[in-house]
Amino acid sequence: MNSKKHLLAAPYAAWAAIFIIVPLGMILYYGLTDKSGSFTLENLLAIASPGHARSLWRSVWLSLISTAVCFLLAYPLAMILAGKKGRNGSFIILIFILPMWMNFLLRTLAWQTLLEKTGVINSILAFLGLPALKIINTPSAIVLGMVYNFLPFMVLPLYNALSKIDENVIHAAKDLGANKIQTFFRIILPLSVPGIISGITMVFVPALTTFVISTLLGGSKVLLIGNIIEQEFTQAGNWHLGSGLSIVLMVFILINMVVTALFDKEE
Amino acid sequence: MQKELIRLEHISKSFDGQMVLDDLELNIHENEFVTLLGPSGCGKTTTLRILGGFVQPDAGKVIFDARDITGMPPNKRQLNTVFQKYALFTHMTIAENIAFGLKIKKKSKSYIDDKIKYALKLVNLEGYGSRMPDSLSGGQQQRIAIARAIVNEPKVLLLDEPLGALDLKLRQEMQYELIRMKNELGITFVYVTHDQEEALTMSDTIVVMNQGYIQQIGSPESIYNEPENAFVADFIGDSNIIAATMIEDKCVEILGTRFACVDTGFGTRKPVDVVIRPEDVELVPPENGTITGVVTHLIFKGVHYEMEVMANGFEWLVHSTVLSPVGKEVGLRVDPFNIQIMNKPESEDEEAVALEL
Repeated sequence: MNSKKHLLAAPYAAWAAIFIIVPLGMILYYGLTDKSGSFTLENLLAIASPGHARSLWRSVWLSLISTAVCFLLAYPLAMILAGKKGRNGSFIILIFILPMWMNFLLRTLAWQTLLEKTGVINSILAFLGLPALKIINTPSAIVLGMVYNFLPFMVLPLYNALSKIDENVIHAAKDLGANKIQTFFRIILPLSVPGIISGITMVFVPALTTFVISTLLGGSKVLLIGNIIEQEFTQAGNWHLGSGLSIVLMVFILINMVVTALFDKEE
Repeated sequence: MQKELIRLEHISKSFDGQMVLDDLELNIHENEFVTLLGPSGCGKTTTLRILGGFVQPDAGKVIFDARDITGMPPNKRQLNTVFQKYALFTHMTIAENIAFGLKIKKKSKSYIDDKIKYALKLVNLEGYGSRMPDSLSGGQQQRIAIARAIVNEPKVLLLDEPLGALDLKLRQEMQYELIRMKNELGITFVYVTHDQEEALTMSDTIVVMNQGYIQQIGSPESIYNEPENAFVADFIGDSNIIAATMIEDKCVEILGTRFACVDTGFGTRKPVDVVIRPEDVELVPPENGTITGVVTHLIFKGVHYEMEVMANGFEWLVHSTVLSPVGKEVGLRVDPFNIQIMNKPESEDEEAVALEL
């Protein structure tokens, strides 16, 4: 019985081995060797070079801003949705998920068209006699793209956590004398921490590693760490350096996840 | 009777066009244990929520201590609620849960600490202050919910089916605990339940509700012994409810046989319902009975035997400590004061009730 059940996992196990374990092994190998194949830490330490460090710092900074904006937009919305309990709620959620059914690249390309110097938005502004927006190829455009693409990943876990809070728990807080603000900060917010943690992780991690959004909306002017890694693989053909930087980024994300998990436990 | 504390005046409420409460009137006195009793959907929980301030009535007033509090939000009301399924704050310790209301009111730390100690002692959970709610059993969590409410010294404690999630043994224990706490605190309890036994055990006053109407208000004894209509009789305990004709004062014809009773004032030759509790039907030798019948079912229930006796075309439910085997011919006798006469439903409200049966 048990061994048969294990067999059911075989297709996934094979998948995971081929597409997760093996590539990770390859990245580790390439990252820790030089072109002659001998062991080196140089590819990891390369993150400290000024250009790389600046890109990593920029990635972290823009991802943090995007995550914060997503959180501030998503939390009130998730509260409204959780309060609706089914009726209009599922329709609004559908509207939010709808763009996710469209390809990620297409959506980002659409923003490029919208934001271009002679794009849709600036044409409308010009028509209204307003000054043109110079947003394309700036960090602001990247943040906009990140928020647009990753907002649903913040809304859903928050909605999930908030709708799980028993209505009577909120009633109990009010019953014990808490006003709306006290109820929010002492009861609702702390009880939604698991949703906040997973929302932050689900926005911050893909934002930190993205190179598509920065390529399409940042031009070649704003390089993120994702762009650097991509260039090492596709243009410079230096798999060793690209792998080394990837390992650094992975460690960075792992540390970030461990820290948030610890924070979650303390709560 | 104690001083009046709460008065509900002409309260009506409907949800999505469905009438839940219709022109409800209710007075609650100081230091009274009032139970709102009825089947689900009868409006008892809505009544409690209107008292707590979580639901606004469509019409009517809530008067508390001679003040109109109808529009007052829950956090300003001098009453506290113990919720169904406890509603404890799972991210706080037991002590923090109990301290919640006091911290909001900015009481001093020493005052709060004293109160936590006192409340934990009252609910017999001393030393549990640093535990988390999830690590407590259902019964313990319910005690904490009570402790959290009473430290705020409310004049009224509202309890919404607080024992519903507990098993039978624990429920019975908690009933005694609640009576003890109420006597120790000297405050008013308004208790909602669908469990008639709970209501009979604990209450000073029982308010029987059905379909948004109050069916009867009275002491447990009067509700049980003198139900005013068939709904109350049927809902509270087992009973034989039989259509009958009031021949004249103190004489009622049940299933074609005349029985002596003690009720007067129902008129002559008037159709009525009679209620006879199963324990009030005496089984006697056939020659001594007012009517005779044959035992058709017999079940041993522990304290007594439950029998069904077919007599004059009606299955009489009989509780007796003396066994009469199935097939035996027996006589049935009922003491005049054990026959409870009730008017047939006349008004529309009562009609709605009768249809439910």
